[in-house]
Amino acid sequence: MLLEVRDVHKSYSSPGKTVQALDGVSISLAAGDFTAVQGPSGSGKSTLLLISGGLLAADRGEVQVADQAPYRLASDARARFRAQHIGFVFQQFHLVPYLSVLDNVMAATIPTGLNGAAARAKELLAQFGLEHRLHHVPGQLSVGERQRTALARAVLNRPQLILADEPTGNLDRDSAETVLSYLGTFAEEGGAVLLVTHDDSAAARAKSIVHMVDGKIVDVSGGSGDS
Amino acid sequence: MSVWHLILREIAHRKLNFLLALISVAVAVGCLVGARTLLRSNQLVTADILAAKQQQVEDDVAKQRRIVQQEGAGLQDAMRKITKGLGFNILILPEDQDLHELHVEGTGSQTMPESHVDKLANSRIVTINHLLPVVSKKISWDEYDRTIILTGTRGEVPLAHRDLKKPLLDHVPEGTMVVGFQLHTQLGLKKEDKVKLMGREFTITETYPERGSADDSTVWVNLGEAQEMLGMQNLVNAIWALECNCATLDRVAEIRSDIAEILPGTQVIERGSEALARAEARNKAKATAQAALKYEEQAGQESLQREADGRALIEKQASDFAAVLVPVVMIGCGIWIGFLAMMNVRQRSTEIGILRAIGLTSTQILAIFLGKSVLVGLVGGILGYAGGYAVGVAWSEYAPDAESAEVLFMPSLAIIALVVAPALSALAGWLPAMWAAQQDPAVILQGD
Ligand SMILES: Nc1ncnc2c1ncn2[C@@H]1O[C@H](COP(=O)(O)OP(=O)(O)O)[C@@H](O)[C@H]1O
Ligand SMILES: [Mg+2]
Repeated sequence: MLLEVRDVHKSYSSPGKTVQALDGVSISLAAGDFTAVQGPSGSGKSTLLLISGGLLAADRGEVQVADQAPYRLASDARARFRAQHIGFVFQQFHLVPYLSVLDNVMAATIPTGLNGAAARAKELLAQFGLEHRLHHVPGQLSVGERQRTALARAVLNRPQLILADEPTGNLDRDSAETVLSYLGTFAEEGGAVLLVTHDDSAAARAKSIVHMVDGKIVDVSGGSGDS
Repeated sequence: MSVWHLILREIAHRKLNFLLALISVAVAVGCLVGARTLLRSNQLVTADILAAKQQQVEDDVAKQRRIVQQEGAGLQDAMRKITKGLGFNILILPEDQDLHELHVEGTGSQTMPESHVDKLANSRIVTINHLLPVVSKKISWDEYDRTIILTGTRGEVPLAHRDLKKPLLDHVPEGTMVVGFQLHTQLGLKKEDKVKLMGREFTITETYPERGSADDSTVWVNLGEAQEMLGMQNLVNAIWALECNCATLDRVAEIRSDIAEILPGTQVIERGSEALARAEARNKAKATAQAALKYEEQAGQESLQREADGRALIEKQASDFAAVLVPVVMIGCGIWIGFLAMMNVRQRSTEIGILRAIGLTSTQILAIFLGKSVLVGLVGGILGYAGGYAVGVAWSEYAPDAESAEVLFMPSLAIIALVVAPALSALAGWLPAMWAAQQDPAVILQGD
């Protein structure tokens, strides 16, 4: 299994109240899986994604990525583990504002020191139609170009798992299409994708759709990608 | 890609933040370096002033010393001339010798043992030189029908503890005679003449030129012979001596007490005291010059000390001021750098979140922020050093030419500036960097 989440509980405590963000969630993705997570705002989708990505420890339950338990690793080792196995894509892109497109992608090699990274980065950016944007900073890009840059950064180290949180939330249709089709290809080539989205047409690209309400999975259905 | 690349790109992007921090470090370092350079210039100016003053004092003293030396040499010369002219000027006589008789007759009648002279010679007396024992008596030179003074002398007795000196009067050997001016001119005597005195035969070996004293009517023969001729075996009438040049103010009293100790039962009289009074005047002049020299030396030292004290006060005020100003500026700048670093961390929290998400360790995040602080410190340190040094040189009382600029350059201070500035900047940026490294990426990324 590339991602194995078993009976995970997570609550947030703020003064005066405690929110049960996840309440016994289990999910597993094998190579080739493309799973969408849907649910109303506040249902715990982002929390599930962060816990799956080794960025947020659960209160209870088991998480394994590529058959390893990231939360059993020390903080720095877990960071390197993330760099090697997981690619993140966020709604807000989170590009480093002062780095060029190429450097933003290359930043992923700071923890891994990947060989031949520059060539691969340019290759990926060309694949995403950004070869003429290599030396522009994010501020000079359209939102679609930004998300494609973020996507190139996410996959530079050849991760097995992509965790994407509303990656198309801010995008026009064409850009969204590029991102979603790449995610589909990624899964087809043996990766696994967990896509958080409230966009039905985006979710429909997945092989399966997990529906969450109030921190619980209430339904699992097949998407169009399943066929 | 390295962390350094990230640091440099960020600096290029947020120039103002970097510039403000840089200026802050430069001001702190510049303040330190400028103060140190000015203090050093002060010290150098002090050293120059004091050296010049010292030279002045030394010159003055040397001048005074030359005067004293001239005075001393003049005195010595005068004393030598005076005493030489005087010949023997101390007369040691038996205590019971009536001085009235001596002055009226030209010779004394009282005697003392000849051994007195040996006693004196073997003593450690220093106030007199050149001892000459004599017997002297007014007699009638029947062969020539003249009254003369017959003086027997055995020559000078060397003082045991002194180097041999050239005698003032030569020894008169037995059978020879030295004749005074009036006698040899009136009687037509000359060297090599053989004459008889009291039945004895003598050969004249010397005829003296005119001395204008009783010496001109004196005949000198060997002491032993004279003692026999006068029936005064082993006795003498007087011992002549020459006062040495080591005169103090009350010379005669000193000589008297010295001799009284060695030869009790004698008396001492002095001749030619007016000439010696002149010598004393010279002596006093020398003493005065010496006192003036001493005063000059003392006054010089005092004015040197006053100058040194004045400069020390100026230096102390400057260094006290620097001791307050420099730490205040450094602490102020440190706080400002820390504040700027804190702002920088706040501004970059999303960046920190995503960098952590893509796998940078918290140590690498720390390195990004500390690295920037160190760079700020290094560049600011160089700029601050250059600026502080330039201001220090320009403001220095030391004329700002190339050479003095070189003298004011302190390599150790440069090294301190280049090591301490980055260290201090890193220290100021430490807490913000720790804060950055500790940020939870999950909390940041949940902002979505
Ligand atoms: N850091 C946090 N502190 C407190 N409550 C939080 C925090 N993050 C999320 N929550 C709460 O947890 C619940 C789940 O949030 P989230 O996982 O972001 O949901 P979704 O992504 O589905 O909108 C929500 O009620 C949200 O308000
Ligand atoms: Mg969310």
